[in-house]
Amino acid sequence: MLSHDFIRLALVAGTPIALASGAIGYFVVLRSQVFAGDTLSHVAFTGALAAAAAGVDLRFGLFGATIVVALLLAALGDRASVGDDVAIGTTLAWVLGLGAFFLDLFNRSSHGGNGIIAARTLFGSIFSLSSGQAYVGAVIGVLLVLVLALIARPLLFATIDPRVAAARGLPVAALGTGCLVLVGVDAALTTQVVGALLMLGLIALPAGAAHRLTANAYLALGLSSVFAVASLWLGLVLAYEVPSVPPSSAIIGVAAAIYLCSFAAAAWPATPSSRQSVAESGL
Amino acid sequence: MSLFAYPFMVQALEAGTIVAVMAAVTGWFVVLRRQTFAGHALSVMSFPGASAAALAGLPLPLGYFTACVVAAAAISAGSRTQDRRNFAQESAVIGTVQVVGFALGFLFLSLYGGVLEDLESLLFGSFLGITATQVVVLLGIAVATLAFFAVAGRPLLFASIDDLVARAEGVPVRLLEVAFLLVLGLAVAATAQITGVLLVFALLVAPAAAAQRFTTRIGPGIALSVVIALAVTWSGLALSYYTDYSVGFFVTSFAFAIYLVARVSSALAPRLAPAPA
Repeated sequence: MLSHDFIRLALVAGTPIALASGAIGYFVVLRSQVFAGDTLSHVAFTGALAAAAAGVDLRFGLFGATIVVALLLAALGDRASVGDDVAIGTTLAWVLGLGAFFLDLFNRSSHGGNGIIAARTLFGSIFSLSSGQAYVGAVIGVLLVLVLALIARPLLFATIDPRVAAARGLPVAALGTGCLVLVGVDAALTTQVVGALLMLGLIALPAGAAHRLTANAYLALGLSSVFAVASLWLGLVLAYEVPSVPPSSAIIGVAAAIYLCSFAAAAWPATPSSRQSVAESGL
Repeated sequence: MSLFAYPFMVQALEAGTIVAVMAAVTGWFVVLRRQTFAGHALSVMSFPGASAAALAGLPLPLGYFTACVVAAAAISAGSRTQDRRNFAQESAVIGTVQVVGFALGFLFLSLYGGVLEDLESLLFGSFLGITATQVVVLLGIAVATLAFFAVAGRPLLFASIDDLVARAEGVPVRLLEVAFLLVLGLAVAATAQITGVLLVFALLVAPAAAAQRFTTRIGPGIALSVVIALAVTWSGLALSYYTDYSVGFFVTSFAFAIYLVARVSSALAPRLAPAPA
């Protein structure tokens, strides 16, 4: 299987991206910003279609749109979480409506896309990455992981106890904004791999599983990344062996299986007290 | 060309009207209970539902409704710890349900053999395919939904506003929550047939959110939400008919504009319209 170019490219691009998604996903889950993450992934769809309709490089649209909306969401509330769900939801609906408009526009333009770009943006196509796309994706993925490693400690502090962190002089609001922007960049990247609709899977599922399994933040961060990479690898193998299964579905399928296993493992009466403590302290 | 010249357009307007009323009333409770994300996840379930039904050769609406009800049950089962709503847990569970739904939908779609003919209208809405039978089915669902709110609206309101006190008064809070999610699933699956799976929010959340910015009173709030939803739907359908761009774009844009106006006006006059959410 490794003798095929498209598999090698999928691994080269997918592994760093999965690593980054798993790590950043842990913060998303811990800050209960799953809905914001979901919105950013849908924004990626609109951005890509807008770029396609305008005839410029897709990546301009992807990264531009997700970063702008991430800043917008950050401005909307210091923590765009449950309380702001209405604002997020309404923005989300409109962004998707715009996506529908660009899709119309694109279908009518001379490019004659037949919605193929739309399908690729919505559901990704990791098996048809070009080598340029794959290497750029890998580099940005690695950068994302490095940035995250740099700010992990203060960001964790600001997430778990924002008031004490602010009292210690940490720039809590800036860290929150930075976190959302990183999610936005990650959404734009992941869209090329698993698609806008399934990007949430690589963010929320491995992190959700890790969060259930351990209260130790660094361990959970590592576990989450490992789960994400494992989902990607196993998913790729599955999709390669069973050609009728699309790779995106296979990747998310593996991630969902891991998540379900974490439910079972957490129901095991091993350390219920430790799980509770993180649930209470963090959220 | 008159808006009412073709039967399909008349049916679209009938269906749009029914859906707008139902979505606005349901949405008012969704906004109050902060279950927007759940509404989004449930709306998404129409996609795997429809593609599974296509694969199995069953009627598509059957797939929508079954998938929505199953997902509603999963969300309400997974999002509580120690009998209280746990927001962090809830958002992770909802996200999971939604992603698994999309992945399954995509899988069924590819097993079905390539492209579902009207994937685009499934995701982004269309008013071309609405039949007279569909209008009758929608009407039935709307009546059932509104009947639920007529009967359970009061205790649901109590449970939504003060969970603990309601429980102490003997209101079956848990049962109401599950029932509400199931009704939401039904309403959302019906709404998705007009606005498309991805754009349900435009009718479900935006009118209700705007209405709650304008008034905190219950009766007028629900009525205003219905009026906004109707205005948005009718103008969206009409513009889509005349311009040939997708109805979803117009409906979401109008709804978003009204929501923005509501936010700005309630920000300018905080004492006149105190925001509840």
